[in-house]
Amino acid sequence: MAPAVCGMLLGLTLYTGHLCAVSAAAFLYHDYCVIGAGPSGLQAAYFLQRAGRDYVIFERSHAPGSFFALYPRHRKLISINKRYTGKSNSEFNLRHDWNSLLSHDRRLLFRRYSRDFFPDADAMVRYLEDFASLLKLRVQYNTAIVHVMLEKDRQAWNGHYFLLTDQDRQNYKCSSLLVATGTWVPNVVNFPGSEYVEGYETVSINPEDFAGQTVLILGRGNSAFETAENILGVTNFIHMVSRSRVRLSWATHYVGDLRAINNGLLDTYQLKSLDGLLEGDLEDLAIVKDKKGKLHITLRFYLENRNTSGGIDSITLPQDELDNFATRAPYDRVIRCLGWKFDFSIYNRSLRMMPGKGNKKKYPQIKPSYESRGTRGLFVLGTASHSVDFRKSAGGFIHGFRYTTRAVHRLLENRHHGVPWPSTVYPITQLTNSIIKRVNEASGLYQMFSVLADIILLRENATAFEYLEEYPVGVLAELEMQTGRKAPSGLFVIIMEYGRNFSGADKDVFYYNRAVGEAQHAWQSNFLHPVIYFYKHLPTEREMRLQHPDWPLPRPDAVHHIVEDFLTDWTAPNAHILPLRRFLENCLSTDLRNFFAESCFLFAFTHQKLPPFCRQGYMRLQGLVGSEGLRRHAVEAGLLEDYTLTDFLGDRTPDNHKGSQDRLLRDHMIPVRPLQHLVNAKDEL
Amino acid sequence: MSAQKDRWVSSFSFLLFCVSSIPTRGSARLLQELSPQEYFGSLQAGRASLAYFSHNVSPGAQPFLEQIENSAEALQDYGISVVKVICPKEDVSRYCGKENALRKAYLFRGNMLIREFPTDALFDVNSIVANVFALLFNEVKYVETLADLQNIENALKGRSNMVFAYVPAIGTAEHRAVMEAAFVYGTVHQFVLTTEATLLKDTGYPDVSSARLLFCHCQRATDLAQPCRRTAMGQALTMLNIHKHLKLMGAPLVTEVAEDPEKVSTVHLQLGLPLVFILSQKETYEADRRTAEFVAWQLLGKAGVALLSRYALRCFGVFGVPIKYLVLEDTDEVITLVEDKSKVEQIQEDEEEEEEEEEDEDEKENNNQVSRDKKRELPLEQILVLTEETFHSALLETARMVVLFYASWEAVSLAVLRSYTEVADHLKGTRGVLLSRVNCWDWPGVCTEENVTQFPTIKIYEKGERSVMYNGMWGTEELTSFIMLSRVPCPLKLATIDEAEGYLRGEFPSELSSYHHTSLLGVFSTATSEAFLLARSGGQSVEGITLSKQNTQDMVQMIRYELLDIFPEITVQNLPRYLQLRKPFLIVFSDGDIGQIESKEMLKLTKGRPQQEFVACWLNLKKTPVGRGVLKAYFATMPSLPVLIWVNFHAGGQVFKFPSEQSITELNILSWLEKLKAGLEVPSSKCTRVCNVPKHTLLALVCL
Repeated sequence: MAPAVCGMLLGLTLYTGHLCAVSAAAFLYHDYCVIGAGPSGLQAAYFLQRAGRDYVIFERSHAPGSFFALYPRHRKLISINKRYTGKSNSEFNLRHDWNSLLSHDRRLLFRRYSRDFFPDADAMVRYLEDFASLLKLRVQYNTAIVHVMLEKDRQAWNGHYFLLTDQDRQNYKCSSLLVATGTWVPNVVNFPGSEYVEGYETVSINPEDFAGQTVLILGRGNSAFETAENILGVTNFIHMVSRSRVRLSWATHYVGDLRAINNGLLDTYQLKSLDGLLEGDLEDLAIVKDKKGKLHITLRFYLENRNTSGGIDSITLPQDELDNFATRAPYDRVIRCLGWKFDFSIYNRSLRMMPGKGNKKKYPQIKPSYESRGTRGLFVLGTASHSVDFRKSAGGFIHGFRYTTRAVHRLLENRHHGVPWPSTVYPITQLTNSIIKRVNEASGLYQMFSVLADIILLRENATAFEYLEEYPVGVLAELEMQTGRKAPSGLFVIIMEYGRNFSGADKDVFYYNRAVGEAQHAWQSNFLHPVIYFYKHLPTEREMRLQHPDWPLPRPDAVHHIVEDFLTDWTAPNAHILPLRRFLENCLSTDLRNFFAESCFLFAFTHQKLPPFCRQGYMRLQGLVGSEGLRRHAVEAGLLEDYTLTDFLGDRTPDNHKGSQDRLLRDHMIPVRPLQHLVNAKDEL
Repeated sequence: MSAQKDRWVSSFSFLLFCVSSIPTRGSARLLQELSPQEYFGSLQAGRASLAYFSHNVSPGAQPFLEQIENSAEALQDYGISVVKVICPKEDVSRYCGKENALRKAYLFRGNMLIREFPTDALFDVNSIVANVFALLFNEVKYVETLADLQNIENALKGRSNMVFAYVPAIGTAEHRAVMEAAFVYGTVHQFVLTTEATLLKDTGYPDVSSARLLFCHCQRATDLAQPCRRTAMGQALTMLNIHKHLKLMGAPLVTEVAEDPEKVSTVHLQLGLPLVFILSQKETYEADRRTAEFVAWQLLGKAGVALLSRYALRCFGVFGVPIKYLVLEDTDEVITLVEDKSKVEQIQEDEEEEEEEEEDEDEKENNNQVSRDKKRELPLEQILVLTEETFHSALLETARMVVLFYASWEAVSLAVLRSYTEVADHLKGTRGVLLSRVNCWDWPGVCTEENVTQFPTIKIYEKGERSVMYNGMWGTEELTSFIMLSRVPCPLKLATIDEAEGYLRGEFPSELSSYHHTSLLGVFSTATSEAFLLARSGGQSVEGITLSKQNTQDMVQMIRYELLDIFPEITVQNLPRYLQLRKPFLIVFSDGDIGQIESKEMLKLTKGRPQQEFVACWLNLKKTPVGRGVLKAYFATMPSLPVLIWVNFHAGGQVFKFPSEQSITELNILSWLEKLKAGLEVPSSKCTRVCNVPKHTLLALVCL
C-alpha cells in the first residue's frame, strides 16, 4: 500500500524529496471529517459548526441528500409531517415532525416545505439543500471517499489519524471520523435465474408498464409494498415472497416495519383478490424462463439434480410433483425489493469495520455510544447506526437519529474539548417539575424511547440536582467519563417505554383493556409512557452487561411508571404528578410538597428540620405568601387551617366545648391530672 | 397514544353484554344443573349441598333462583355445593313430584336431608348463607334470656372466651357475618347469638337498633361471681371487622419493647391501628406495667399498648400514622386521644364511602383544589399574554415590562398567578408598567432563552434591555411594592436638601409615598467619611450608619442587619430575616397589639444590650393567626395571653414558658433567663425534635 500512496503524493504535491516519505503536510487536515451529506451528516455538521469546530463533510454527489433524489422510487416519504397538533410548544411539536433536522432556525421546519402528511421525497431534497446552504455548512461536494485507513500517531486524539482518499486521489487527514453514509448498497440474493430479476433501483414506476402482467415481488419491507401499491390496480395479480412473516408497524411499534399507508396488498390478499403473500427462503429459489419469456418458479434443489443443460423442459418444476403448488402460475416479472446495506468496501482492514450479527448484518458493529467497535474515534451516525436499536426504536430514521447525532456530538465535545455534557442545576424543590416538564414536551425521549434517557444526578444531601438531557442509556455505566459530570449520590433515569409484552409482529394490539387508566396500575401500561429508574449508585459495566435483554436498563433500586395517557399529556395532578412526587419522596426520604408561607412559619417554630420547599423558599424570603383571596381559597380547600376563627375563650373551659370546635384542638383539652411517675419521665424528652 | 376512550366504549359494550347474559353466566360456572339421578348419585358422605328442584323455571321462582345462583359462589368457598336439579316432566318422586315441593330448597349432608327451606325464607344471598350455616354447624348457641347467657358464661370461665352477638333479625348481612366468623373461629371461641333486644339491654347496651358483637374474656376470668370482662366491637358487623376484632382480642394485652419503636410491628400496626408506647423505668416498672394494662384494657380493640424500656427511647406518645409525641399527664388523655382519633377516622371513612385505602389527605386536598381551580377562571384580562413571536417586540414597546414565567400545569405557578392578577388589579392605570405572562409549557423557547429554570419566575425588563429577577415573597403586597419601587431609578440622585429631607420623610418621589417603608440615603462628601442615613416607616426615625466596609457584599450585609428592628413584631413575612441571626427568640405572644407595659419592659431589656444573644420580639395573634397554631403545638392547653416564651431554634429546639404568675418586667425576665441558662427551668412543653414534618399532615400543602 505504501508505495502506491507515495507515488500518488509525488504526482499531486510535486514533492521532490526522497522517495516514499509520507508527509503530513501533504494531507488536507480537519479535526472532524464527516462522510456523507445526508440528513445525519448535515445534522452532525450543524452541531460541529455551532460549537466552532474544524470540520468538513465529503459528499460524492453535487448536492446533499442524494439518496432522497432517487429513493423512495415512488417518491412518497412515509415519515409523517404533522403540521397541526393544537400546541405551540416547539419541542413537543417535533414529536410529530419526523422530517425536520434540529436547528435554531425556525425557517428550517419541514412543515414549511410540504403540506402533505406523507411528503414527496423532492421536498426532502429541497429541505436538505436549504439546510446546508442557510446554515452555511461546510460541504465538499463531488468528493467520493473511496478509501479510509489509519495512521498511528501517539499525539493524535485517539492514538491515530484517519486518512481518507477521494476519487481523485486527494488525501485528507482527520482526527475523528464521522461516518454518515447511510445504507445504500442494495441487498441482492443470488440464485439460479436471478439474472431475470429486476431491482427496486431500476424497476419502472409507470403502472402502465405492468398492465395485465403477473408479478412476483421478492421482499416484504416497505419498499416491496410500496412497489406493489403502485401497480396493484393494473396487474393480473401480485405475489410477494420472503423468508419471514409480515411485520406490521402498528403491531410492532417500530416505524421501520410495514406501515399502514403501504399495506394495500394485505387487503387484497386477505379479501381473496388474487394477490398473495408467501413465506419461503429466497436462497432455495430458482427461476427459469420459458420460450415465451414467462418466468417459472422452481427450487434450486431440482436444478442441482439436473443432469445436463437441457431446455426448460428438462427442468423439474414443483408442480410436476405437487400439482397444486402455490406459485405454479408463470410470472411476467420478478422484482427484487430487499432493502439496503452499509458500504463496508471503503474501509481498510485495520479499521476493523465488521458487519453486525444476524439480522443486523447490514449495519456495522458499533457500541451504544455509536463509536465503532473496531476503531476508536470513528463514530457511525444516521441510518447506519441503527444496529443500536434495530427493530426497537427510531435510531435508523431522521426523527430518531437527529437526537442520537446530537448525543454523539456532546460525547465528542466532552472527550476532545473538555466541554462537559450540558446540564442545568436546580434546587431539589424543582425535581417533580423538571421531570413533568420533560416527559410532556421532550421529543428526543419520545422518539428514541428506551435508547436516550434524561439523567438526574443528585447532589449531596439531595438539596439540589443536575439535569442531563438525552444521554444514551447503553453507556450509562460510563456516564462520569463520557459526560464529565459526577454522580456521587445517586441518580434518576427518565426514559420512555412501551409495555413489556405489548409489541410484536404476532401481537394483538387492539385487545380489550389494553390501556390502563389508574395510577396504581401504571406499571401495566402498554402504550408509550415515562418510566423513572432510581439508582443509589451508577450501575457498573458488569451490571449493564448482565441486564435482562428486554430491559433497557439494569435492575434499579426503585422504579416508577407514570401511567400511560391517551393524550400523552402527563400533567394530571392526581394521576400523574402526585404518584411521581411520592415516588421521588420515597427515594430521597424527603418531603417535596409545596407549602404556603404560613405553614412554613408554623414549621419554623415547631420543627427542627423544615421541608425543602420552606428551607429553599420561605427561609430565603421567597415564601408563598399569596394574598387574602388565595388564603381564603386554601382554607376552603382544607389546605390551610383557619386560626382566625378559633375562639380561645371557649378553649380554656372544656365544659363549654360542645364538639363544635376544630377537632385538632380536642387533643389538647384534656383536664390535667398528672400521674406522678409519668411526669418524671419528662426529663427524657 | 393509549386508547382509554376505546376502552371506555368497549367496557360499555361489555357491560351491555353482561347485562344480557347474567342469568346464564352464573349457572354456567358455579350452579350445577343436574338431573335427579345424577344429583343423588353424586352425593358424597359428609359433604353438604343445597338443592333446588325444578321442572322448568317457573316464573314465580325466578328471583329466588337468581339469589341462589348468587349464593353459590359464597357457599362454594366453604365446600357446600349448590345444585339445581332439573326434574323430568314425568317424574313424580319425592322431591320432584309435589307441586309445593318445587317451592322449597333442600339442604343435604351426604344423602341425608337436614332441612327444607321455604323459598321465601331465602330472600337473598345473606339469608341463604346464614341459614345454611346455622343448620350445618351447631357451633353457635342461640340464647333467649340473660340466665341462658350467664350459664354459658360460667361454664366457660377459665376455659375459653366467648363471642356474644346480637342481630336484630335472622338472615341479614350481620347474621351471615357472625355465622361465617363462627365457621372459622368456632373451635377457638364459643359463639353465642341472640335476636332478643331485651337481652342486649340487660347486658348494658341500650341501643338495640343495630347489631352488636361483644367479646367476653372468660378464659382469664377467675371470679365465678363476676361476669366476664367484655369488649364491644366498635365497627359495623362485617366479616372483615369481626375477623379484625377477634385478631386484636387474641393479641397480647401489653407488648414489651426494648428496641426502636419505629421498628416495632404488632397486629395493631398491621391493621392500621395506633400503638401507644408507654415509657418505663426500672424503678417504676411495676407501676408502669399496671398503668399500661389499665390503658390497654381501655383501648382494647382500638389501639395497642407497648411498654418501652427507658434507655431505648427518649419520648413516648401515641404512634401510628401520623406519629404524635405527647407528654402524658393522665392515662385518660391517651384514651381520649386514641378514641377521638378513631372517631375522626370513622367519620372520614363515612365521607369517603368506599375503597381507596391508599388515598389520603393530600390526595383529597389535591383533588379539591384542582377541580375548584379548573372551574374557577382567573380574571386574567389585565395581564398581557406573550408568545415566542410577541415577546421581544412587546419588551421594546413598554418602558417597564413585568413578566411572569410559569407553567400552566404547575401548582405554585397557579397560586402565584392568582396573586399576580391581584397585583395587576392594584396597578391598573399605573403608567409605564405593564404586566404580562409567558406560559413556558406553550413557549419553552422563550423561557430557556430568558434563563428561566424555575417555575414561577418574575422578571422586570426595562426597555427591553436590563432585567431584574424578583426574589422576594410571592405575595400581592410585596410584589406590588417591588414593581412600584422599580419605577424609581436606583440609586435615585437627589439634588437639594429639600429633596433629601422629603425623601427621608417618605414624601419624595411622590408616587411612592404609599409604598415604601424604609429609605436609605447615602451621604457623600469629600470632607467626612461616607455614610448612609436610614429612615424607617416614613421618616419616623432616622439613624446614621457609618460606612466602615468597602466591600459591596459586606455593605449589603451591614445594611440588611441595620434594617432589622430591635423589638420587632414577628410576621409570616419577616420571620426568616430574624431567624437568619441564628439566635434564640424571646417572644411575646399577644392577642392584638402588645400592651404598653410589656412593650416598655421588653424594650428596656433590649436597649441596654446592643449585642444581645437573643432576639426579643412579639407576635400579634390577630395579625398573624398562625401564631395560635404555634401555641397549640407547644402547649396542650392554650396559655393565658400575653405569654412570654423562650424558643431556642438552633440548639435542640427547646421551648420555655415564662411563669404566668410573674409579671413581665425586665428584672423578672432577667432572673428567669439566668435560671434558664443555669438549667434550672424545665422545658415547659413538648420537644420539637421531630425530624421531618409528619408525612400526612393536615396542614398546608399547595398542590393546586
